[in-house]
Amino acid sequence: MTTPTQPAAVRARGVVKSFGHGDTQVMVLKGIDLDIYQGEMLLLVGESGGGKTTLLSALAGILDIDEGHIDVLGIPLSELPARRRTQFRGETMGFIYQQFNLLQALTAAENVAVPLLIQNLGRREAVRRARLMLERVGLGDRTEFLPKNLSGGQQQRIAIARALVNEPRLLICDEPTAALDGPNGQKIMELIREVGRSPDRCVVVVTHDSRIFNFGDRIAHLTDGRIDSIDSIAREGTA
Amino acid sequence: MNYIALKMLFGDRAKYLMLLCGLTFAMMLIVQQGSIFWGLMIWSQSSVSNLNVPIWVTDPGIAQVDEVKPIADTAVDRVRSVPGVEWAVPLYKGLLRARLSNGEYHQITLTGLESSTLIGRPAEVLEGRIEDLRQPDAVVVDQWTVERMGGPEVIKIGTIFELNDKLARVVAIAKTQKSFTNIPVVYTTYERALRYVPRERRTLSYVLAKAKDGLPAEEVTARIQAETGLGAFTSEQFGWKTVRWVLKNTGIGVNFGTTILLGFIVGMAIASQTFYLFTVENLRQFGALKAMGTSTATLARMILLQAYTVGLAGYGLGVGLASLFGYLAARGGGLPFVETWQLLVLVLAALLAICTFSALISIVKLARLEPAIVFR
Repeated sequence: MTTPTQPAAVRARGVVKSFGHGDTQVMVLKGIDLDIYQGEMLLLVGESGGGKTTLLSALAGILDIDEGHIDVLGIPLSELPARRRTQFRGETMGFIYQQFNLLQALTAAENVAVPLLIQNLGRREAVRRARLMLERVGLGDRTEFLPKNLSGGQQQRIAIARALVNEPRLLICDEPTAALDGPNGQKIMELIREVGRSPDRCVVVVTHDSRIFNFGDRIAHLTDGRIDSIDSIAREGTA
Repeated sequence: MNYIALKMLFGDRAKYLMLLCGLTFAMMLIVQQGSIFWGLMIWSQSSVSNLNVPIWVTDPGIAQVDEVKPIADTAVDRVRSVPGVEWAVPLYKGLLRARLSNGEYHQITLTGLESSTLIGRPAEVLEGRIEDLRQPDAVVVDQWTVERMGGPEVIKIGTIFELNDKLARVVAIAKTQKSFTNIPVVYTTYERALRYVPRERRTLSYVLAKAKDGLPAEEVTARIQAETGLGAFTSEQFGWKTVRWVLKNTGIGVNFGTTILLGFIVGMAIASQTFYLFTVENLRQFGALKAMGTSTATLARMILLQAYTVGLAGYGLGVGLASLFGYLAARGGGLPFVETWQLLVLVLAALLAICTFSALISIVKLARLEPAIVFR
């Protein structure tokens, strides 16, 4: 089980990010220090506009930071050139989005195969692996369906399969339950916890949905660009 | 990633069809108008090409083949005396009015060929024998003359009409390239042509010549010019001179050029706009691909592949439709329509320019795209 004594997979120090210029400049992240450990699921929670998504983008290396450092799996992500960072993301990260962001023209299996195709795996092999992953998320009988013919919950399952198909070391989830109703949101979180978690992977989930707080190992509370507190979740048998 | 790009393109059927229709229309317009334009240019020099002789000699100030400037009869011998000239024969060409037995008048172009060789005669004869031109009052007409002067019921072998009150009897019907002015052409011998036309001090229109074997026609025309002071052109030079004159002195170039440009602009506008919309609507998906590790260069290749794929499909359809139009409308040479490979290559280049421009607008948008858009 995860403990803060393990080496951090993600290490953020003094992260500052502002948007705008001059009088309209807004500092969204005001010196974030955060460690995320292998094998844990960390929830980033807080009020809207508190900087959760900005921090998530920065941790994923898709948003440049103004100050500070972010290391991911021992790589100084914030200092890598954009091209190398893009490549690093493709090799080590998986993404689950609020709006799924599935390609509507592709079947479920093809959508799941996208990260493998980005890594230049052959299409046949990529789709084969994608089908196996879809079976793991309970959509083995929907591999040839187009996203528009599937429910929101099923689409998010496809997105989870897509995020996990290349065995990422860091799984980034942005409000994964926001577009789903309560029961479906619970199921998705159960799936992320069941399929997404692994000893050599850390999962970061941005959410403001208090109903899923209990799925995390730790919760980081973000308020006005700063981390207020980080709490461990007591779980039956582990508390 | 190419597979994904193509699936994205074909998946958005409405936009794909809009792009395809826009590019097809543009290509069809450009090819159709370009082919008609080129057909007209071919027609404009048909007076040169129909006679099929290597060298034309005439007044040095001549502007184009149908603007005859008579020269002295002695020019034939002067040309013959130029070293390198294999043979030289006279040609009469002038406008005259024909009066049919039904009382109708038609303006015609009378072409007088040297009687012993009939050099400059039409290459193909549909009915009769061209050699019968040597018979008394004999003339040969082409298929366009038959059409213009009343059809095969009125003009056929044996038909007699008057040229300047003198009898002319049709002995053969030839097949020729239609002319730009579409004035009926009547062939006869040089000597008889001079009998048909009113007396003038100078009656020789052209000297037709050929260079000796092994000598380039250009070299011999230069010699003829230098030694006789006359204007001498290879048939190719004379044809182009005529084309240039038509372009300069009629509105054809501007007219067709405007339509072709319009096709280009319409194609570019539709393609660029639709492509840009396609990109903007898929921005989140492209952002997701970028977040998942797709480089901007790969996205650019995907966009270019999409653009060129739909472009080439539009090119094929557009060229196909234009060719079908040409086949249906220009059958039998009634409409000027000449689709050359050079035109098709030019149109392909224009298409690639349209597609590249359209794709570049989208690529610039994607290059500036922050993948963080997917988290908003």
